[in-house]
Amino acid sequence: MLLEIKDLRVKAEDKEILKGLNLSVNAGEVHAVMGPNGSGKSTLARVLAGHPGYEVTGGSITFDGKDLLELEPEERACEGVFMAFQYPVEIAGINNTYFLKAAVNAVRKYHGKSDLDAVEFMQLLRAKAKLLEMDQAMLGRSVNEGFSGGEKKRNEIFQMAMLEPRLGVLDETDSGLDIDALKIVSNGVNALRTPDRAMIVVTHYQRLLNYIVPDVVHVLTGGRIVRSGGRELALELEEKGYGWIEAETAGARG
Amino acid sequence: MTQLAERHDSLAAGFEALKREPAFGHQGLAETRTQAFDRFLSRGFPTTRDEEWRFTNIAPIAALPLAPAAARTIDADVTARLQPAGPVGVSLVVVNGRLVDTPALPAGVTIRTLDTATSSDLRPMRPAGGTIFPELNTAFFQDLVVIEIAPKAIVIDPIQVLFVTVADGDAPLVSPRLVIRAGEASQATIFETYADASPDAVAFVNAVVDVDVAPGAIVDHVKLQRQNPVSFHLGGTFVRVARAGTFTSHAVTVGGRIGRNDIVSVLDGEGATCTLNGLYVGTGDALIDTHTTIDHAKPHCPSHEIYKGILAGRARAVFNGKILVRLDAQKTDAKQTNKALLLTDEAQINTKPQLEIFADDVKCTHGAAIGQLDEDALFYLKARGIGALDARNMLLHAFADDVLTGIRLETVRTTTMALVEQMLGLPA
Repeated sequence: MLLEIKDLRVKAEDKEILKGLNLSVNAGEVHAVMGPNGSGKSTLARVLAGHPGYEVTGGSITFDGKDLLELEPEERACEGVFMAFQYPVEIAGINNTYFLKAAVNAVRKYHGKSDLDAVEFMQLLRAKAKLLEMDQAMLGRSVNEGFSGGEKKRNEIFQMAMLEPRLGVLDETDSGLDIDALKIVSNGVNALRTPDRAMIVVTHYQRLLNYIVPDVVHVLTGGRIVRSGGRELALELEEKGYGWIEAETAGARG
Repeated sequence: MTQLAERHDSLAAGFEALKREPAFGHQGLAETRTQAFDRFLSRGFPTTRDEEWRFTNIAPIAALPLAPAAARTIDADVTARLQPAGPVGVSLVVVNGRLVDTPALPAGVTIRTLDTATSSDLRPMRPAGGTIFPELNTAFFQDLVVIEIAPKAIVIDPIQVLFVTVADGDAPLVSPRLVIRAGEASQATIFETYADASPDAVAFVNAVVDVDVAPGAIVDHVKLQRQNPVSFHLGGTFVRVARAGTFTSHAVTVGGRIGRNDIVSVLDGEGATCTLNGLYVGTGDALIDTHTTIDHAKPHCPSHEIYKGILAGRARAVFNGKILVRLDAQKTDAKQTNKALLLTDEAQINTKPQLEIFADDVKCTHGAAIGQLDEDALFYLKARGIGALDARNMLLHAFADDVLTGIRLETVRTTTMALVEQMLGLPA
């Protein structure tokens, strides 16, 4: 088991958002987490990355045998947890390439490896840039500054390709993407699917799952995963909306 | 009041002692000095009741047992340590206000000191504004450095002026004075550094710089104030830019317990351009005050101003940026930005833009932003594996670079950034 979340309870500003969430992900698998707005999908993604705005009040997250909740955000990243941000942050004055080099070398250092030299780094950068169809100009600009919505999302997946994590968490990566950008991003993600890497794809819409085909689909509502199934569950949700599951769950609880 | 009188006694005794030195009466200066000292005494040290000094309490300076700085020499290795741009260009060393050596000069550059100064060197036309302290400088300066760039001369390498204080005994009152005259269509880079030979001896440096930018001349000016953390620095810079002249200033403050820069720049001819940029970093109990005045006296003059501060510990800063657009100064394009990062809860800044616009066809913008390091940006960097300290360092770099990239000399940028890192306890 690569990731095991047990009975996770999370608060933000005194409001309980996740109320006993369970999720297990094996290496090599792609899991989609779907749910209505406000169900806690993005909270799950951010808690995995160690966002300081949330308080974990109960439960556990085990990543490759380690207690993830004990680790700082940068340690989680170095251990191989990567979250593609729903809203990537613009950082004026920090060059995209410089930032990536710092990140790649920080992860290497964590694993006792030496820094990539300039030539090795540029080779890696070019190969991955090609995968995501990133043009050179974007690499030379400040991180996300002045990027369009689609460029920002592409930049996130590009960073994932550079850092080669063991778990990729995509937080609504499809939002704000037109169909061409969606295809580029999906191709990038699919190229990163390997037997030892897992992905959690958080999304509101089924559309993305036409391109990134999941192994398992989960429905998150009211702070819990209330149903899990195969790809057909996503299609059912697309057709019927989330209402029926919410009603069923409420009925089961009542 | 007793205390105030005592302070004046200490200065008055110093002034009496100075009268016995040849510098006192040189070229009819005796009367100029006496009048200036009288004007200073009649006002005395400003207090926080004075609007211009409301947030800058200089009582610790007024309380010093001040004595005019004595002539001192300095070892070459100390000079080398304090000279940030390395051994490039011309390097002038001024110890306790006196030029100690005159190196070989490139073509088109002339240096004069007290012995060779002209009457107008000694009494430059100074725009109104600034503080009372230039009067104190006039009363006490023991030497001056005049840098004259001949018309049409293009001086590529920087002219460095290192002002070093060597303190022994009483707190020395150091009165450096620099005059920069850039002839028509000339170009030069002048780089001032203020430093102390001792890391922990108190001194009060009261500097005055007069800059005259002739038509079409380009002057690139950098001032680095890296005095020790117990010393005091008040600096007045007075600039007049003539038609189509360009004056660019970068003021970097990384030292001193109390430091204040007053810059007054008059755009006195059509097409004159002025850029006033600054970066200050305060830690501990430092107080850093910047007062700038850009006086748009003629039409079609652009001015740009960016000041940025990083404050940690209990450091405080004051920024007051005045932009004056006179009735005649149509088509003025003035832009002012002032930003500060407060890294601790105790750090604070008082900032005030002051726009006085009398012309009606002008573009003037100003903005101020005070805040902490962007938490979202910090998390973003950490989420990619970059450690907390490195992430902070990267963001501080990015913040400061915005100002430092305007400095053309790379060695100066690098040295300055290293000083900033050292102050904030960041590994380079």
